[in-house]
Amino acid sequence: MSLELKNVEKKVGIETHIYSTNLKLEKNTINILLGSTLAGKTTLMQIMAGLDKPTSGEIWFNEENVTGKEVQKRNCSMVYQQFINYPNFTVFENIASPLKITGVKSDEIKERVGKVAELLKLSAMLNKKPDELSGGQQQRTALARALVKDSDLILLDEPLANLDFKLREELREELPKLFEDRDCIVVYATTEPLDALMIGGNTATLLEGRIIQYGETLKVYNKPENLISAKVFSDPPMNIAEISKSGDMFKLKDYNVQWKSDMKIKDGDYKIGIRPHNITTYKEGNNSIEINGKVLISELSGSESLIHFTSGKLNWVSLSNGVQQKNIGENTKLFMNVDEFLYFDANNRLVTNG
Amino acid sequence: MNKTYNQKAWFFVVPVFVLVAFNAVVPLMTVVNYSFQETFGSNVFAWEGTRWFKQILHSERFHASLGRQFIFTFIILLIQLPLGIAIALTMPKKGWGVPVCLILMSMPLLIPWNVVGAMWNIFALPDIGFLGNSLNSLGFDYNFTQQSGDAWFTTILMDVWHWTSLVVLLSYAGLNSIQPAYYQAAEIDGASRWDIFRYIELPKMKKVLTLAILLRFMDSFMIYTEPFVLTGGGPGNATNFLSLDLVKMALGQFDLGPAAAMSLIYFLIVLLICWVFYSLMMKNEGRT
Repeated sequence: MSLELKNVEKKVGIETHIYSTNLKLEKNTINILLGSTLAGKTTLMQIMAGLDKPTSGEIWFNEENVTGKEVQKRNCSMVYQQFINYPNFTVFENIASPLKITGVKSDEIKERVGKVAELLKLSAMLNKKPDELSGGQQQRTALARALVKDSDLILLDEPLANLDFKLREELREELPKLFEDRDCIVVYATTEPLDALMIGGNTATLLEGRIIQYGETLKVYNKPENLISAKVFSDPPMNIAEISKSGDMFKLKDYNVQWKSDMKIKDGDYKIGIRPHNITTYKEGNNSIEINGKVLISELSGSESLIHFTSGKLNWVSLSNGVQQKNIGENTKLFMNVDEFLYFDANNRLVTNG
Repeated sequence: MNKTYNQKAWFFVVPVFVLVAFNAVVPLMTVVNYSFQETFGSNVFAWEGTRWFKQILHSERFHASLGRQFIFTFIILLIQLPLGIAIALTMPKKGWGVPVCLILMSMPLLIPWNVVGAMWNIFALPDIGFLGNSLNSLGFDYNFTQQSGDAWFTTILMDVWHWTSLVVLLSYAGLNSIQPAYYQAAEIDGASRWDIFRYIELPKMKKVLTLAILLRFMDSFMIYTEPFVLTGGGPGNATNFLSLDLVKMALGQFDLGPAAAMSLIYFLIVLLICWVFYSLMMKNEGRT
């Protein structure tokens, strides 16, 4: 089982929503579409489901061209950001609805709905109507409806975005387990890098209608092919600075900050990307350099401290563990973990030792 | 503790009390007053107790016009609701068609009621009216001034023309508030067009439709101006609806007592039906 997009392009009027895209999703995988709003995640999903037709290009499912196939005839299910359920059906009837339409016998419906309801902790509220439920329960019902069908393709379009923090955490933890032993392809769209990291699987980073990079989530995170992918997959935003290299000395441009590295790359100008958690108020790793900064904002969350500071002409974001009390305007010393720097060449492509 | 008292806000509220008193409470109490007394003019009254109420409730004339009224309202609702929903479903959701349709739909609602009556009267005249003349030349024996069936047909057609738009506009508003994701979700489930209508659109339109039914019920149950101008209640008593009959009794015969009793009964019927209907529709809507 596989889902393949071949040169898929989507234009609406003169606007291009999706630029020519090739993507192959394999059986039993969770695939995350990561990108900000308007990156084209929803459009891409609607094309995958058959709710929308691409302007050009083809969609292949199991070696079959399904480009023009109506959504009713495909075996997929979708969960939305809004909690979409049939308003005057009970939870049971809602979950059972896709089965009823396909003519499954009522005994089997009961059994399958019961199973899914248990999995999603809905057993106690099968006789309630959606508007008697909390947001989290409504979204669980929508998820149950998507799961009960044994679809080949399950599309989740920012399913956690409208939930409050606590429920989001809870459901995010459960999600990967729900799909564990299912014969299907799961596609999960989100704006949050954290979702991708916690769910795992594969990630595609998207920006303005283009897939920037697709691969195993951790690989995409650790080795972003280029600066854009790295930026999309970083929250809080990645720090980017221009540097120059000569010999084994690296130097921040316009700064008096330099370090040594065993990176074997040509001398010249580069950019570095530093994730906020690699700039800390304390030394981390064997190889760190000091930078002096003036605190702009400091946000404490208890377990972490986010400190925005300015150094030279640039604004930096740092993320340290624990409570690091800093006053606004205070001059402070911060440490950057050199081993974790990402180097990009003049074309914004990642350069590595290997 | 020193609390500042400022009673000036009453000045904002008092005009409303005065207005409501003059345009609702005082007239209503006058009617109540009339309904328990006999008057011969020149402000001479005699106490009659519940006599007028008993008389009206046992009057065949009242039963007949009440019956006509129920049949008329029932037919009106039966036609206008499905028709209004159907038109709303076929209206475009975006593009230049939206303002065009909305303006076309609002037109009949903007025409004064007596003008609608006069328009249809002329339109339906069997000899010179476009509708009447056309029907007759097509071989139908149509004459709304002489045949009760034709009078009913014309009155209903007129009301449908005048008021279906209201149902259309309300339904259209209800339909537009449904998020596109609902339609997509249903499509993915494999739901048919009818399923989508039955299980998504109709439940989502429940509140506006309740409102539409209430408004159309009240308006058609109290219809006066249009049939007054169109048929005057005729031929005979064929289209003599409740309010027409009431005016005839009050102003034509100057039976103020019975007319007052009748208007109170009339008022209570409308109130009762609306209340029962609304409570039934909103029974499960308490929580949000």
